[in-house]
Amino acid sequence: MAESNKELLVRSVFKRNPIALLVLGICSALAVTGQMSTALVMSICVTLVTAFSSLTISIVRYQIPNTVRIGLQILVIATLVILVDQILQAFYYELSKQLSIFVGLIITNCIVMGRAEGFAMSNPPIPSFIDGIGNGLGYSFILMSVALVRELFGSGSIFGYEILATVNNGGWYVPNGMLVLPASGFFLIALLIWLIRTYDPEQQESQ
Amino acid sequence: MILGKLHIMLKTLNKLFLDLKPQFEKGGKYQTLYPLYEAFDSFLFSTTKSTSSAPHVRDAVDLKRIMITVIIALIPCTLMALWNTGYQANQVLTEVGMMPEGWRGAIMQMIGVNPGSIISNMAHGALYFVPIYLVTVIAGSIWEALFNLIRGHEFSEAYLVTSLLLPLTLPPTIPLWQVAVGASFGVIFAKEVFGGVGKNFMNPALASRAFIYFAYPAQMTGDKVWTAVDGVSSATPLTALPQADPANPLANLDYSWFQAFIGTIPGSMGETSTLACLLGAALLLVTGIASWRIMLSMLIGAVITAICFNLVPEPANPLYALPVHYHLVFGGFAFGLVFMATDPVSAAQTQTGQWLYGILIGFLVIFIRVANPAYPESVMLAILLGNVFAPLFDYFVVRANIRRRIVRNG
Repeated sequence: MAESNKELLVRSVFKRNPIALLVLGICSALAVTGQMSTALVMSICVTLVTAFSSLTISIVRYQIPNTVRIGLQILVIATLVILVDQILQAFYYELSKQLSIFVGLIITNCIVMGRAEGFAMSNPPIPSFIDGIGNGLGYSFILMSVALVRELFGSGSIFGYEILATVNNGGWYVPNGMLVLPASGFFLIALLIWLIRTYDPEQQESQ
Repeated sequence: MILGKLHIMLKTLNKLFLDLKPQFEKGGKYQTLYPLYEAFDSFLFSTTKSTSSAPHVRDAVDLKRIMITVIIALIPCTLMALWNTGYQANQVLTEVGMMPEGWRGAIMQMIGVNPGSIISNMAHGALYFVPIYLVTVIAGSIWEALFNLIRGHEFSEAYLVTSLLLPLTLPPTIPLWQVAVGASFGVIFAKEVFGGVGKNFMNPALASRAFIYFAYPAQMTGDKVWTAVDGVSSATPLTALPQADPANPLANLDYSWFQAFIGTIPGSMGETSTLACLLGAALLLVTGIASWRIMLSMLIGAVITAICFNLVPEPANPLYALPVHYHLVFGGFAFGLVFMATDPVSAAQTQTGQWLYGILIGFLVIFIRVANPAYPESVMLAILLGNVFAPLFDYFVVRANIRRRIVRNG
């Protein structure tokens, strides 16, 4: 890989976004984007897990036997996820209750696995770590954008602070119930992918 | 004399359009606006294009004529929508001795509120239907125009049908901005993102309705929205039935089978009258525009499913015992069957596929309606799901045919 560390960090946010270009990690992008706060916590968790799992796997990449590498990768990722989950439960109990099962499901997040298998297995530790951070940022960028639209127009607030006064609270804004449903994440992610690929036609698939 | 003048006027107009044409053609000053020019030109005059190479198929039925026929078939439903919306509102207003509020009240003051008068009913209905219709047309057309101009597509008459279907499936009290949001969603997400007219896999009118239904349930469901008078609750038969006595679900119902058949019940504006839908169905079937296979199979699917539910006694849910013939006249069943499920773009194309598609929708309508009273109006959801399955049915029918021919011919 000829990319510099800075490129590794930035390219995954826009040019090679794991959600928008590779369409990975969709499940949690639908499930936790109803509110910005849960989306933010999820973003941080996934970024940390991706970065440290890539780092760990890259360090031991010569010791991993090829035949059992997936199992070992999962082992590393699962350990990190349990660690994150326990920390959340210890210090941010309310948030961990809201995120419920989805923190545990980071284990199955395709982005984490994808980076471990696709990058960390064949690159030195430092670039792997930075690549993990970069992909985590790309994931966070989509997650936060979707959550912004969903919370603002679905509940009239941002991070729980009321921006558009809703009808239920005596305001004027009628919240869009569709955006509260997880399925609306599909539409918003699709719109984002459309936007990104229109702006950067290189990402369009060949016909 | 007048005809002569009109003739001269049209001739000048035609000459104007022909003179302007080079400006809009390739290399002309306004070539990006060609779709807009073409739309006006072909709306006013017959096309000047002629096919230059073979094959030359001569047939009077083109997309434009198909769409116009569907619109004509919708006229009974539209008239009924106008009359019934006004009738339901006038009835309530007369009972309590009130006048409608706001600008509608000012106009109705002049006409008079009288549920016995056709003119009063039609006028009152129009005061609700026409604004919703206009908003649908304008919101949808703006998006259509935008996409057509950017992509250089020609304008199609398809949106005229979509924009008439959508208001007919909405309650009269729906806020206009919600109509605009819904129509925009339908045009963009159900049609334009897939490439425009003829490439959508879902019915855009139904997608719009589904969006409004899930986004703003307070304005689309319940018993406050169906009569165009503030704060009056009038449950549609399907919203009232889950609360009925399970042993005899029809005992406390306010409406007879015949009323539901004619359409003098509260409901979405154009969906209440089964009779009006049947008139439309007759035209669509005679002209061969809608598939009789889809209509028949959806009917069969619904009837069989309803009979099955009748055979299973369920003490907690009165809808299990609802007789079949009531299922067919309640809610949007007839409207969905005649106008929505048969949409030639989003329905199955192969003959066997159409049978499977219709039966699936018929089954789903009754299944959702009976098994989940939270969705009393299941026709929309059933048809959208059917739309999603239609390409799959076609795929397997085509595959089966290929396999059969391989076996037969080696």
